[in-house]
Amino acid sequence: MKKKIAMYWGAGCGGCDVSLLGIHEKLLDVLEKADIVFWPCATDFKYEDLEKMEDGEIDIAFYNGAIRTEENEKIAKLLRKKSKILVAYGSCATEGCVIGLANLYDRDEIFNAVYLDNETTPNEKKIIPQGMEKEGIELPEFLPSLKTLEQVVKVDAAIPGCPPPSPVLEEALNALLEGRTEFGKEVALCDECPRKDTKPDKIEIERFYRWHEKEDDGSCFLAQGMICMGPATRAGCGGECTSAGIPCTGCMGPVPKVENQGIAMLSAIASIIEDMDEEKERAVMESIKDMVGTFYKFSTAKLLPYGRFKDES
Amino acid sequence: MAKRIGIFVCHCGINIAGVVDVERVAKEMASYPGVAFSTTYQYMCSEPGQNLIRQKIEEENLDAVVIAACSPSMHEETFRNVCGEYFNPHMCEMANIREQCSWVHDSEEATEKAFKVLKATVEKLRGNEDLEPIFVPVEKRCLVIGGGIAGIQAALDIADAGHEVILVEKEPSIGGRMAQLSETFPTLDCSQCILTPKMVAVARHPNIKLMAYSEVIDISGYVGNFNVKILKKPRYVDEDKCTVCGDCEDVCPAIVPNEFDMSKKARKAIYIPFPQAVPSTYTIDREACLGLAPLACAQCKEACEADAINYDMQPEIVEEKVGAIIVATGYDLYDKERLVEYGYGEDDDIITSLEFERMLSASGPTGGKIIKPSTGEEPKKVVFIQCAGSRDRKHMPYCSSICCMYTAKHAMLYKHAVHDGEAYIFYIDIRATGKDYEEFIARVMEEERINYIRGKVAKIYREGDKIVVWGVDTLTGKKVEIKADMVVLAMAVIGREETRDIAKLLKVAVGEGNFLKESHPKLKPVEALSRGIYFAGCAQGPKDIPATVAQASAAASKVLAMFSRDKLEKDPMVAVVDEEHCSGCGICISVCPYGAMQRQPNGKAKCIEALCEGCGTCAAACPSNNIEMKNYSDSQIKRMVEVVI
Ligand SMILES: Cc1cc2nc3c(=O)[nH]c(=O)nc-3n(C[C@H](O)[C@H](O)[C@H](O)COP(=O)(O)OP(=O)(O)OC[C@H]3O[C@@H](n4cnc5c(N)ncnc54)[C@H](O)[C@@H]3O)c2cc1C
Repeated sequence: MKKKIAMYWGAGCGGCDVSLLGIHEKLLDVLEKADIVFWPCATDFKYEDLEKMEDGEIDIAFYNGAIRTEENEKIAKLLRKKSKILVAYGSCATEGCVIGLANLYDRDEIFNAVYLDNETTPNEKKIIPQGMEKEGIELPEFLPSLKTLEQVVKVDAAIPGCPPPSPVLEEALNALLEGRTEFGKEVALCDECPRKDTKPDKIEIERFYRWHEKEDDGSCFLAQGMICMGPATRAGCGGECTSAGIPCTGCMGPVPKVENQGIAMLSAIASIIEDMDEEKERAVMESIKDMVGTFYKFSTAKLLPYGRFKDES
Repeated sequence: MAKRIGIFVCHCGINIAGVVDVERVAKEMASYPGVAFSTTYQYMCSEPGQNLIRQKIEEENLDAVVIAACSPSMHEETFRNVCGEYFNPHMCEMANIREQCSWVHDSEEATEKAFKVLKATVEKLRGNEDLEPIFVPVEKRCLVIGGGIAGIQAALDIADAGHEVILVEKEPSIGGRMAQLSETFPTLDCSQCILTPKMVAVARHPNIKLMAYSEVIDISGYVGNFNVKILKKPRYVDEDKCTVCGDCEDVCPAIVPNEFDMSKKARKAIYIPFPQAVPSTYTIDREACLGLAPLACAQCKEACEADAINYDMQPEIVEEKVGAIIVATGYDLYDKERLVEYGYGEDDDIITSLEFERMLSASGPTGGKIIKPSTGEEPKKVVFIQCAGSRDRKHMPYCSSICCMYTAKHAMLYKHAVHDGEAYIFYIDIRATGKDYEEFIARVMEEERINYIRGKVAKIYREGDKIVVWGVDTLTGKKVEIKADMVVLAMAVIGREETRDIAKLLKVAVGEGNFLKESHPKLKPVEALSRGIYFAGCAQGPKDIPATVAQASAAASKVLAMFSRDKLEKDPMVAVVDEEHCSGCGICISVCPYGAMQRQPNGKAKCIEALCEGCGTCAAACPSNNIEMKNYSDSQIKRMVEVVI
């Protein structure tokens, strides 16, 4: 029997939906084995259609994007009810991704920045679009913090990546259609990085360079002093970025054995700084601009589900 | 897995029991999960204490033991040996309730902490596995890098004990700096005369394979099993055929400065650095020779009756397997150009101590005559400046330790040669701590009527045919101005630049002044952090000849102790890499201070157990959480943390 599958787009950029289309003719193979019963981005189904389904009627539901609004949360719960297997699709659903960095700020700070203080957004009436209703359409409430799918409902499997790279996606789809919820590589990116053979015996860093500050000589980025998250990031993409001349930023998340990707990379980085006195060492570490954005670009929300603890003093 | 754990809480006299409520600790821990027995004793490490452990292991049928006492670095071995009579010694753990507990907390806190430390240790022990010692075979041959007095002494000691030594020296001859010295403090024996017999002994020794004019270019492997690649530079003269008749030198038309004489004397392109050189042979200086390529001149070849000259000689790479390595690459003097305040380099009459040493030498550029370089006249007033670049935050902050002594020697030898000459020495302190050194200094001061001025030199400049030295005598507070004929700078001693290259090959650390970093400044002064590598002489720090020789013999004795066994035994507490999940990122390889983590041909990391000291740095740094320490697994550490907090 053909499986029933669904795909939902929560708080995210839309790249995940595109990534599913990005597997090209392989999508046809999927459609041979499965029918799409709900995919707002590509097909004309409505929430009512979803609500009308039996509980557990959907075999596999993919949820991409994070949970930022009441609406996201409602659909996540609904999909959970209607599906046998619920899959967190992509980095936002899995770890919170770039938009999860918003958890470093509270809701008011975000609204002020976006609607009031932003010079390129004229807003004379100082409107903050919350709790509004017009012609029966309601704007969903913005939640106090951004959540990953797992922080809201039980999740059966996760497909990493921002968005999931085609090889990762294909493997995941094959596995899920066969009923397996575990898939993906268990090693870090260096294993498949095209620059692997250029690693020196000893990586020693005397200062860090941002990507634009140094001409790439084609060798291991880390050895060149550019922070590459590869060592702490799950393999699968085949080194898409590093082969295109860009250091890995870690979108695939940590390897399964690691909980906290940022800490894993930070302790690795801290240990390969050249032997030098403390003051210099501090200067080197401070030369890393935007620590959180570098090491927790994708996992801030996973680690800070309620936002940052406020210093009350 | 440990099922019947015994706990032995040590009073350590009042060290522990005076603070920690040991009885309560023992009593309450008796009912902790996995614990079968618990007691206290006055001194666990005493003979009766050890017997108590034996007795209770038998009576209570214990399969694991925790000793709550001092730091494991004190007594772990003691207790593991006792327990090893009954079960695997790794089923014995120490809970430190002294150094980090009773010594630093008040009674209540300390007792609480003792509970925590004990619980954590019991949890760790419950996760321990039996471990068997690791055995490593030993190749009983030693590589000595550097043929100064340090390398010579170490090589002779090891060779005399019956083991093969490969002595690699980068220059055409062994001898190092000592061969350049004139007479040596404090006894003033002629340096070359006491050195030559040792150089000859090296040349003759059946167990020493001397590879002069050679350099180590690659080192792999680990303690007991190093693979070394040595580059033999072409001399273009066959060492075995050369009779050192000198006919070649006579006809050679190319003239260049002789480095051995600090470039103050000329030599030919085909040369022998000094008459006593070992190996005793001529060498063609590739850079200076006219005939090598293209064949423009072949005068030496024509003159050589022994037919020793071969312009087609090629560099050769020799591979050797050795079990131990001694690094004795010696020292240099701090770059004179960098001491701008003394105006060196601009003025012929301001020279370094080593240049003066050559001048004093009978075989040196002046045949032992002291002259003012710019005029060739006898200098009547000489100023010696100590600590030139040493004990100076702008240059080298440390004391070079030999300059006080050789400067006194220099002043004395100057006075012996120029009776009516005046010698002044600027110094900060006089450091003469060696045997008979203070007496030597006193003799110089009293008998030779040398003017010792305590203070730093502020300025040096030329005025006509004199060099004016300005300084302040800090004892009298008066300004001093001396119009000298010549100034001698006691330059700071630094490790040679090449030492850094060797250290890189060996993956050993180099500190300030290019000096090799020993494993422990007091207790392991000749050992590198990585096993099987030892240091000797000035490569490790500035020192005089007696200290150099003593250190060389110490390093040799370490090597001999190692060679006295066929296999090395080593603690099995090592790192284990989960190879399947290793991405080959290389972080562990970069952080391992012992060179134990190595990359395999498949790109993945592997722990060379023989080298691993179990420090755990790799396990902490691995960004894939893929390295575990034996008996310190993540699950063990998690359990330990859980019961503590
Ligand atoms: C001016 C002066 C006067 C002194 N007078 C005295 C004195 O009177 N009495 C006294 O006790 N001490 C004296 N000393 C100290 C003495 O010179 C040293 O203690 C001694 O020479 C140290 O010997 P060494 O073997 O450690 O180093 P070195 O003599 O420097 O020998 C090192 C050797 O290693 C070789 N080498 C370096 N790198 C490599 C490499 N990569 N591969 C192969 N070979 C390499 C070098 O060519 C050299 O032959 C004096 C020092 C100075 C500067």
